[in-house]
Amino acid sequence: MCKDCGCSVDPNVHSHHGVVHSHQHTHGQAHAHPHEHPHDFPHKHPHEHVPAVASETRTVEIQQKILSRNDEQAELNRAWLKEHGVVAVNLISSPGTGKTYLLERTLEGLRGKISCAVITGDQRTDNDARRLQGKGAQVRQIETINACHLDAEQVGRLLPEIAGDGVQLLFIENVGNLVCPAAFDLGETFKIALLSTTEGEDKPVKYPTLFSAAPVAVLTKIDLAPHLDWDVATCRSNLRQVRPGVFIFELSAKTGLGMEAWLDYLIKLAE
Amino acid sequence: MHEFSIAQALVEQIEAAATKEHAKRVVRVVITVGALSGVDPEALRSLFPLVAEDTVTADAELVVEPVSARVRCRACGREEAAETSFLRCSVCGSRDVELIAGRELHIKTVELEIDER
Repeated sequence: MCKDCGCSVDPNVHSHHGVVHSHQHTHGQAHAHPHEHPHDFPHKHPHEHVPAVASETRTVEIQQKILSRNDEQAELNRAWLKEHGVVAVNLISSPGTGKTYLLERTLEGLRGKISCAVITGDQRTDNDARRLQGKGAQVRQIETINACHLDAEQVGRLLPEIAGDGVQLLFIENVGNLVCPAAFDLGETFKIALLSTTEGEDKPVKYPTLFSAAPVAVLTKIDLAPHLDWDVATCRSNLRQVRPGVFIFELSAKTGLGMEAWLDYLIKLAE
Repeated sequence: MHEFSIAQALVEQIEAAATKEHAKRVVRVVITVGALSGVDPEALRSLFPLVAEDTVTADAELVVEPVSARVRCRACGREEAAETSFLRCSVCGSRDVELIAGRELHIKTVELEIDER
């Protein structure tokens, strides 16, 4: 029976009436311990106890982007670029599409017309940066070592030194990879996906993460298409399947085919 | 294998939440992964315990909730689930659609074991 009110005959079950009190509990173990707790209505509860320091599990709502740190830096980069009047394009493709060669020809074509800068990413070496030197643009290489993509922090660190001085157009040549770079916002104005005729026409539908995120696509090595039975219409249709309304360039940096339209587009973009 | 970077970012955020709540252990983490997020849930699941080793997240269960791609048709206004490799409106056939879901890569909830104070 409860010594306070006599409400129960079961020594482990009792009720309390609006009082804060302390009492001893025994619960079939070799010890007893006091505790205090308020009860504002009559109730019954069996005192089968947990240890003195109890733990609880609590579910915390977070609702945050997993890459929020990268995305926050990307927004800072985007604000910086806007403030300095720089348009930045993030060039993404598989290795061997001809990004660097296209950039070489592009920088030559834009020289004296608009002011450009390049950030180029590779796992190792500064080969690309060396290829792009001497063409009138500031060039910086990022060696990602083990990473398969550039991130916003790497790009943000380079912006003030490379894109501050009247630069109008910044090319960010991402690590050659169709999958990973698509997940990391760098703060670019937009992404450009590149695809060469030596790859399958169905690349866009096989890798929709990138191709659906790029409003502009460039089909490179177009001079090789006849030799490869590569069907440009199929490729264009596949691009539109994952990105309706995508703006598509067909060009060959080697023969110059389609380069004029590409260069005109970039000049208009930067002005 | 950018899932490693993603696992690192994930564990960092869980740790921050656990520290804030004075949790002694993370029991369960629920994340959402969109069909167009570019993340392989299996790769993430296998890397997660490696990255979480020696942290309060070490034994946590990682629950991945997939999110399908969804489009809104600009022609007829319909919203529906879509194939990631073919974004179009299944009703009017229009290709003029806007992607409204599928890029998610979010932490939803974290279940923490906390000492009562």
